[in-house]
Amino acid sequence: MLLFLMCFALPALAQHEGHDMSQMSSQPSASDKPQATSPAPLPAPTTEERAAAFPDLHGMDMRDHMDDDPVIGMLQFDELEWQRSSGTSGDDAGLAWNLRSWLGRVDDRLWLRSEGERRDGRTEHGDIELLWGHATGPWWDAMLGVRHDFGQGHPRDWAAFGVQGLAPYKFEAAATAYVGDSGRLAARAEAEYELLLTNRFILQPKLEVNLYSRDDPENGIGQGLSDAEFGLRLRYEIRREFAPYLGYVWSRKFGATADLAQAAGGDRSEAQWVAGVRFWF
Amino acid sequence: MTEKRYRFDTERRQFVTGLAALPLLATWPGHGRTQNPAAPVVPELRGIRFELSVGASPVNLTGKSAWAKTVNGSLPAPTLRWREGDTVELRVGNRLREDTSLHWHGILLPAGMDGVPGLSFHGIAPGESYLYRFRVRQAGTYWYHAHSSLQEAVGVYGAIVIDPREPDPIAADRDHVILLSDWSDEDPHAIVRKLRKQSDYYNLHKRTVGDFFRDARRDGFDAAVADRKAWGRMRMSPTDLADVTGLTYTYLVNGAPPAANWTALFARGEKVRLRFINGSAMTFFDVRIPGLRMTVVAADGQPVHPVSVDEFRIGVAETLDVVVEPAERPYTIFAQAMDRGGYARATLSPRSGLQADVPPLDPRPILTMQDMGHGGMAGHDMSQMKGMEGGCGADMKMPAMQHAGHDMSGGMIAHPASETGNPAVDMQTMTPSRALDDPGIGLRGNGRRVLSYADLKSTFADPDGREPGREIELHLTGNMERYTWGFDGIPFSKADPVRLNYGERLRIVLVNDTMMEHPIHLHGMWSDLENADGEFHVRKHTISVPPGHVRSYRVTADALGRWAYHCHMLLHMELGMFREVRVDA
Ligand SMILES: [Cu+2]
Repeated sequence: MLLFLMCFALPALAQHEGHDMSQMSSQPSASDKPQATSPAPLPAPTTEERAAAFPDLHGMDMRDHMDDDPVIGMLQFDELEWQRSSGTSGDDAGLAWNLRSWLGRVDDRLWLRSEGERRDGRTEHGDIELLWGHATGPWWDAMLGVRHDFGQGHPRDWAAFGVQGLAPYKFEAAATAYVGDSGRLAARAEAEYELLLTNRFILQPKLEVNLYSRDDPENGIGQGLSDAEFGLRLRYEIRREFAPYLGYVWSRKFGATADLAQAAGGDRSEAQWVAGVRFWF
Repeated sequence: MTEKRYRFDTERRQFVTGLAALPLLATWPGHGRTQNPAAPVVPELRGIRFELSVGASPVNLTGKSAWAKTVNGSLPAPTLRWREGDTVELRVGNRLREDTSLHWHGILLPAGMDGVPGLSFHGIAPGESYLYRFRVRQAGTYWYHAHSSLQEAVGVYGAIVIDPREPDPIAADRDHVILLSDWSDEDPHAIVRKLRKQSDYYNLHKRTVGDFFRDARRDGFDAAVADRKAWGRMRMSPTDLADVTGLTYTYLVNGAPPAANWTALFARGEKVRLRFINGSAMTFFDVRIPGLRMTVVAADGQPVHPVSVDEFRIGVAETLDVVVEPAERPYTIFAQAMDRGGYARATLSPRSGLQADVPPLDPRPILTMQDMGHGGMAGHDMSQMKGMEGGCGADMKMPAMQHAGHDMSGGMIAHPASETGNPAVDMQTMTPSRALDDPGIGLRGNGRRVLSYADLKSTFADPDGREPGREIELHLTGNMERYTWGFDGIPFSKADPVRLNYGERLRIVLVNDTMMEHPIHLHGMWSDLENADGEFHVRKHTISVPPGHVRSYRVTADALGRWAYHCHMLLHMELGMFREVRVDA
């Protein structure tokens, strides 16, 4: 090309470097040659040159000094909130939590998830899950572990497996199936989204549904779709790690579960104001 | 402004006085000392023997005191002034409590002198020193920095200016080093941990509900929805221009924050050469001097055909020499971060104490599908892509193209199998551009003449006229959400070395399968960038690959040994975008 021809008008500049292995031999330097021609083949390096180029590092390797997949841990209270019913059966206040923590590398992490509610100083119901999460693709982790239910009623243990990750349109989603004693099955699905009113005021809609394969009257659970909860929380991120919020949560029990609740003097559905803080470190 | 001034630690004073025999010169005696008192004077060391000491020093660059890692107590490290043809000796001592190293960026030298621990030498243990010794075979503007962990991010970097043997063909009456960098009071390892936990931690400019309504009014509701859908499907944000931003960074010129107003002096009628070096850990800068045209004369130390511009983008680790002819008034040297979250600033002035207006930051650019290599397909709708794993196109299985590196049509590109179903790969470019003439995101059509790689043409012909004997294609990959980086979806810790044969001429083709721009640096050898027609274009040591682009360049494997090859975004390197290149005979 023309421009390259023009280059010949400005010789002598780039010739210095070329292929002269000055530290190694007395090979002629590239500046002795015309440009744009192939350099003479490099002579085979001597033993000394080879030794100098590959020094003995006494077993040291860069891999030992560069950790491209460090072990990192995160403890996150997605929700830690005070709840107050604005509902029918009188004043009712409580505390609720939703914890999601992990420890590990990119592909494999140990997860601790827990959620539950306390009323009148005792845990009404809660569960804690210990899971191994393994990355199966860019956005999804397969989860395998155990869940323990506690609180009032009969404590239950479950084997848990499911998926968790980021769905298209940036929905955070998790779906988990549980196998309990004598073949009792359960499932839980959650999805949440972050709507940026500003970069610090974030509205978070969240939906959770639970299903059970069998009646479990001790725990106030009926077969089928048992309950769903939809929450809207508006948080303000003072820092990324610390965000107080206000919200409103609708929950509803379905089918046999709702009948059980009603029989026990409770409500089929409930709406609550919540105030809390989301934080992580 | 005194609190902005960094302090030399006492160790350094002792060190300097203890080495009285060593020439320690201000660049231009008589001018160097009349700098704005708020801005530090970067020491300059000249000669063939250098004593350097890596230690820790307190600094105050943000109004809060913090600890930096420094060379001879100085941030940035002293400017080293060498002469082409000389054999230089640099004794580097380590006064840190951890291993350190210095690497001479862009300098051709024997492998044992390259300073990469675990590849070319042992590293320098606390209390020990290492003698670097090599012949200087090139001239121009370069720099040096630590290659140990993240020390480069906390101050261990400095300029290298090599005077040519022959009279310098670049005529200037005076020259100044303009070393740009980014500083955070946060420990860079803490920054890494935050990004791993929440990769958009430092992005406080994501699109909001208000932006949606504004876009809907401007472009129409359907267009705004379609745009949100396209990005939503990819689970990415078009505002993701920088991983680490002005939220934590203060941007520096020669170690001085904007308020300190580092000043470069000139006399009436002088031609001034400014040697820009981007010594940042993570920041691309867009540089201009309002009111002054800049003539670009060298890139990465190597002379280029002069080209006159208003503005240029400088990638991390790149250097660019410009010549300016200022009138007798002050000018602002304005270097805004690519994401417009902040700027570094200096003043070019006939007298100290003067300053010119500092321009406002440009509007923040927004990435487009074109930027992501999804252009070129008319009406391409992301929703047509089935199966979301792999996002845009991971499940498009295409036969490997013969000679992908020569397909200049800008058509579809093949991807290595290791990218498929890989948690470390969240997108793939489909129709990348090979053109060099794009000034880049945020610089297009801004009314200024902006430099692009197409403008950088070496003043010499291909120094190795052989047609490359083979081709190595590597894809730059990452997962923004998990914050992991690699080549071909494989991080350094799991990768085999790239093997080159001593003496061969080969072609390296880099395909950017991420949404970020990556400045890729090969140690020990030159990278001869080709244009879209496969012709030698410009000789560099760091080749920046924007998202949605392919870059190809030739390498002569004339340096025996084990060399580092990596993205110079420090956190990308640290989290996997790194390879060993091994040249065997
Ligand atoms: Cu990178």
